[in-house]
Amino acid sequence: MNDQPSIPVAELTGSFGGLQARSNAQLNSVARISVRNLDFYYGPHLPKALKGINLDFPDRQVTGMIGPSGCGKSTLLRVLNRMYSLYPGQRAEGEVIMDGRNLLSPDIDINELRSKVGMVFQKPTPFPMTIYENIAFGVRLHEKLSKKQMDERVEWALTRAALWNEVKDRLQSSAMGLSGGQQQRLCIARTIAVRPEVILFDEPTSALDPISTLKIEELIDELKRDFTIVIVTHNMQQAARCADQVAFFYLGELIEVAPAAQLFTAPKHPKTQEYITGRFG
Amino acid sequence: MPANDLPPHVVSSYDQELRRLREMIARMGGLVERQVAEATEALIRRDTDLAAEVVGRDNEIDALEAEIEQFCVRLLALRQPVAGDLRLIVACMKISQDLERIGDYARNAAKRAIVIAGQPPFGSLNGFSRMARLVQQNLKDAIDALVTDDVQKADQVWAADESVDDIYTGIFRELLTFMMEDPRNITAATHLLFVAKNLERIGDHATNIAERVHYAVVGETLKEERPKGDNSAYTVVRTPE
Amino acid sequence: MSAVISISSVLSPEEAAMKRRLGRRRRLIDNLVRAFCLLATGVGLFFLASIMLTLLWRGIVALDWTVLTAEFQPTRYGDDSLPKGGLAHAIVGSLIQTFIATAIGTPIGLLVGTYLAEYARDSKFGLAVRFISDILLSAPSVLIGLFIYQVVVLPTGGFSGMAGALALAIIVIPVVVRTTEDMLQLIPNTLREAVVALGAPKWKMITLVAWRAALSGILTGVLLAFARIMGETAPLLLTSFGNNVLSTDLTRAMASLPVSIYQQANSGFPDLIEIAWSGALLVTLGVLIINIIARVLLRKRH
Repeated sequence: MNDQPSIPVAELTGSFGGLQARSNAQLNSVARISVRNLDFYYGPHLPKALKGINLDFPDRQVTGMIGPSGCGKSTLLRVLNRMYSLYPGQRAEGEVIMDGRNLLSPDIDINELRSKVGMVFQKPTPFPMTIYENIAFGVRLHEKLSKKQMDERVEWALTRAALWNEVKDRLQSSAMGLSGGQQQRLCIARTIAVRPEVILFDEPTSALDPISTLKIEELIDELKRDFTIVIVTHNMQQAARCADQVAFFYLGELIEVAPAAQLFTAPKHPKTQEYITGRFG
Repeated sequence: MPANDLPPHVVSSYDQELRRLREMIARMGGLVERQVAEATEALIRRDTDLAAEVVGRDNEIDALEAEIEQFCVRLLALRQPVAGDLRLIVACMKISQDLERIGDYARNAAKRAIVIAGQPPFGSLNGFSRMARLVQQNLKDAIDALVTDDVQKADQVWAADESVDDIYTGIFRELLTFMMEDPRNITAATHLLFVAKNLERIGDHATNIAERVHYAVVGETLKEERPKGDNSAYTVVRTPE
Repeated sequence: MSAVISISSVLSPEEAAMKRRLGRRRRLIDNLVRAFCLLATGVGLFFLASIMLTLLWRGIVALDWTVLTAEFQPTRYGDDSLPKGGLAHAIVGSLIQTFIATAIGTPIGLLVGTYLAEYARDSKFGLAVRFISDILLSAPSVLIGLFIYQVVVLPTGGFSGMAGALALAIIVIPVVVRTTEDMLQLIPNTLREAVVALGAPKWKMITLVAWRAALSGILTGVLLAFARIMGETAPLLLTSFGNNVLSTDLTRAMASLPVSIYQQANSGFPDLIEIAWSGALLVTLGVLIINIIARVLLRKRH
């Protein structure tokens, strides 16, 4: 029952990733995604929403992005899986490099990209189907599995998302009946099930109560053994608790990026200090 | 970036609390300075009443230390400070400990001053008053540096302890010589040695405070080794053959 | 700062008195508005209830098994030995035309509504389509009948059940377009993004998740359209015309309940008028039942 189905990629990376300790202030120097000179426009006549961003997301570590509303942190997140391309008129210029390829170039298969870079949203978004189908949905988009393999995959994903024990007896009931925190963990399980390399979290706990929030944070800490994680949050304490590296954005610019412990004890830039200490006018 | 130049907090009561914390440290610092000054004065003027006053006043300092610590814990729990605010609060907590230790040394010096006053005088105590003046100045500057976020002043205090150490080494030699000249000086000279040691320790704590102020203001610890002039550990005075 | 404006947060006695006076006035107006609303509701309810009661009282008289099973018979006025007539031909005709119209109109409406909600959004073409669909929604139905008369009845050489079904289908389309679009727009954008973020192409997002999320709403819209065309008379007069015998041949004139009601109520014979009342009761009951089903479906959704 508790044996995880053999999934080579995740297991391999898992055994190595486990050696990484968050208390270690030294950041992993291998970048999973590198953003270079990125500009972003929400429309042809609108000003730049992101200005010349250069940022590395270290492999199997948590990068937190903070800043006031409209600073560009969510915009950057939505560039990483090209979510913005759903909306005509939005445009990104520059480079987002993953595995040596520029994710912004037109010859990238956008659906394949999104299977590698998963995303969890602010509000829990269960699909109107059973719990089982919620997980299987994404997997079916990219893989052909037998019934048995799919069962294993669903159990694996739900276990990784710390939800298996709560839902194993009602996999065939609607996902809409779960609590907010459970729904969000279901969404995380759904994302994991596709076996991405990077998971983007867009304010994943802003709609949850404090205990559900802590459960998600614990989960993020657990997941970074296997996945590179980027989290946008309005809650600075959350960034301090979860992130290895924290990036502060202001007015579309990356003001400062540093290991979390450094950024929250001794930020270099006065704007960072003003923002995190609550001195923003 | 000095916190005083920052724009005010969105929550103004937080600003008031931080200001109050600085004021408490300044008050405690002032009190401790006075203890050091009066302990030295009591020693030099052989004024046992003044010395007794110093000994009695130490409780106030201990109470202030407890008050500051509680206040800091409260701020940590309720405001969850970060960055400069966090560094300031942590620094204040530690500085209050340093000040409390300095207060203990001053009280100990005052107690010894009472004993010394009952012994026959010998030699000059000029070294003591010079050392006390230097230590007081360093202490005052260190506290001022905290209150005004003046990192240069803090760095000066940190570097200025060398001369205190030099005087201490001098006093050590001198007292050893006195003891060898006449064994009747031994009681007073031993007590004086401890007083000198106390003053020297006070100087060390003043540099500690300066270090903490430096960290609180700029967010980095002073990395280099501090210049030190205390050579008393290696001092040997040969008996005249 | 506060040197110029001097406002005390504590009320003076005069201010308190003014506050009480204003409060009394507010309550008075509040009661007046409520009284008017109740009055208007009462008037509306009175007319509605009198229609329902008249319908029930007049319709129930002739409502028996023969009405449901027999075809049209000429009047028995003055001679009770003649066979009693019914509305079976009209019921069957109505059901055939309504179902075919719904079957044709629903997929078209669904796809157009989906296009508007998922693809066109606020593009110029989308706005134009939405505008035209809304006009069609409120167009007089006799115009639609006239249109089909021109493009189907005249070229094919006669009235037919198919022409009737087509006219009704044109009425169904804008209703389904509107409900589909509205229901799809109710779906939060994050749900769409969540599907797409898993690497799903847009068509899978629409068919597997968006439609499913909007299913009960869309179904309700279809039922409401169904109920609406069940009661339509004008377009059928010009297309399927009406028939006195039971016919399932779509190429020939076909009876329908509203048209039969219209014709028999106009006949002037008391026994035929009675049957027309029964027909009216049947249509109303049918519409009522479908409306109730639609409400139940909608309630389940929320």
